[in-house]
Amino acid sequence: MGRYVIRRLLQMVPVFIGTTFLIFVMVYALGDPVAAMFGDRAPDPATAAQIRHDLYLDHPLPLQYVHYMGQIFTGHFGKSATGQPVTELMGTAFPVTLRLTLVAFAIEAVVGIGLGLLAGLRRGRFADSSVLAFTLLVVAIPTFVTGYLLQYFVGLKWGLANPAVAEGAPIGDLILPGIVLAGVSLAYVARLTRTSVAENSRADYLRTAVAKGLPRRRVVTVHLLRNSLIPVVTFLGTDIGGLMAGAVVTERIFNIHGVGYQLYQGILRQNPPTVVGFVTILVLIFLAANLLVDLLYAVLDPRIRYA
Amino acid sequence: MTVISEGATAAPQAAQTAPLLEVRDLHVEFHTRDGVAKAVNGVNYSVQAGETLAVLGESGSGKSVTAQAIMGILDMPPGRIPQGQILFQGQDMLAMSGEQRRKIRGRKIAMIFQDALSSLNPVLSVGYQLGEMFRVHQGLSRKAAKAKAIELMDRVRIPAAAERVNDYPHQFSGGMRQRIMIAMALALEPDLIIADEPTTALDVTVQAQVMDLLAELQREYNMGLILITHDLGVVADVADKIAVMYAGRIVETAPVHQIYAAPAHPYTKGLLQSIPRLDRKGQELYAIKGLPPNLLHIPSGCAFNPRCPMAQDICRTEVPVLHTAGPGRGSACHFWKETLGE
Repeated sequence: MGRYVIRRLLQMVPVFIGTTFLIFVMVYALGDPVAAMFGDRAPDPATAAQIRHDLYLDHPLPLQYVHYMGQIFTGHFGKSATGQPVTELMGTAFPVTLRLTLVAFAIEAVVGIGLGLLAGLRRGRFADSSVLAFTLLVVAIPTFVTGYLLQYFVGLKWGLANPAVAEGAPIGDLILPGIVLAGVSLAYVARLTRTSVAENSRADYLRTAVAKGLPRRRVVTVHLLRNSLIPVVTFLGTDIGGLMAGAVVTERIFNIHGVGYQLYQGILRQNPPTVVGFVTILVLIFLAANLLVDLLYAVLDPRIRYA
Repeated sequence: MTVISEGATAAPQAAQTAPLLEVRDLHVEFHTRDGVAKAVNGVNYSVQAGETLAVLGESGSGKSVTAQAIMGILDMPPGRIPQGQILFQGQDMLAMSGEQRRKIRGRKIAMIFQDALSSLNPVLSVGYQLGEMFRVHQGLSRKAAKAKAIELMDRVRIPAAAERVNDYPHQFSGGMRQRIMIAMALALEPDLIIADEPTTALDVTVQAQVMDLLAELQREYNMGLILITHDLGVVADVADKIAVMYAGRIVETAPVHQIYAAPAHPYTKGLLQSIPRLDRKGQELYAIKGLPPNLLHIPSGCAFNPRCPMAQDICRTEVPVLHTAGPGRGSACHFWKETLGE
């Protein structure tokens, strides 16, 4: 097990370097950060050169990248467009997004697995068809459509929830955005669970469980669900990273000042430290989530643990 | 159409006691898109305590479906039992509630399946799966159940049971896995065990070991045993009586040695002739011509008539009843006398 973890950790290194280098190249090489600082005015060449020197921009790109990474690992993420340190933005943004992600994740896991189990146990019947139709609909409609529709109807017209999230992002306000954010993933979880449950409910070991005289409840939870959740857990784990990064649209709709909002601002104002800094942290989260899934997978399936 | 023959069901040594299990005129059908598949068409058999009944037949003969109906693990739908009774210790199980039947499963009637690897849950340790029987049926604690599981594994002679109790099914060899299946069936000392091709998936040498173990434990606990198989070799040593099934019916029943000496049904005869024999080395192996019948369209009259070397006109029109063909013997053939006398 220990060697397995170390191997997985080592595999992450090239992934981390590859993704961060790509985002670095895209932001620094394709845009001109100095020009962005001056807006419409043409910068004075001497000043521009000075800024380039100060920002280490007069070096070759790979050197710039190494220099930047060195800065990041000592905690220097640079300054945002407003002059605030990027680390300060992160300090306020990540807790908010994390809360939103957790709300969305809980909805996705509970509702998705619940619907999937229901459909899988009643294959070919009304409940099954309804779940399939519902998930198809959810997958087909883009997030910004469901987001604005729910905001309009639930938030404004019927007044059941706050249409925008208040300062500090209380959990109560995050439920509606959580539903919007969870939507598409929830549909995938439901479908994945359904397929897995349907497949496993025909398995020989399930027949054995029935033949042992176990109550149906136990047959379903201990024998069927346990086995069926293995692929679902994989999806859920990798989706944590996706949920955190994918909150850009949802955060904008509900005016949540989280990671998505800051990223959006960073891109809009062409501020490289914000964009690269946030993305680097997201990459790390993504990698950590993946590692967690691999470990969880080994816990759930002994055939992998001992392989 | 379905005549219950006295001689057909009662074994000679236990003729007067009430049977442990009695299947009466059992019918099972499956509703499929293409029509109704009649898998079991009026099966009668009985098992006494301590007795071994071997149910013999090709795939699709209805032997496993009958067992699943007894066990109450048929998928319904698409399966349906339109007719028949399954009397266990005198009570009709088909008339019981689901909960009543569940309490019989595992506790009074247990089943051993063919492929132990797929029949054991891959993500739970064998100790957990064995212990589950005691936890659910007897309310034992996790710890007590595990101790019982180790005891059971010792009982079926799995070496180093105490160390292996936390291992998973894939870590055992095929023979050891089948022993675990047997241990699981034995756990609550049931009155009847149904073994559905328990040795088919095993090597020949391991087959004999597993079969011997099963026979020995059966004697020890005085259980009834229904041994479902298509292997005539397995049957000879352990069974008391045999029921041969074809197209969802019993075509011949007999005490085990009589059937080898003189079969009373052309199908049984064909089966016996198709066993490879050392003294016929080099000769072509006999095979029953044709294929097993399509259960959606079972031939009229005797279902075996298209493949039968003795078939006459009557075989194509009239379903033969199970004729008494001697003490404890029955044959569902119009020409059983001729078959027997040849």
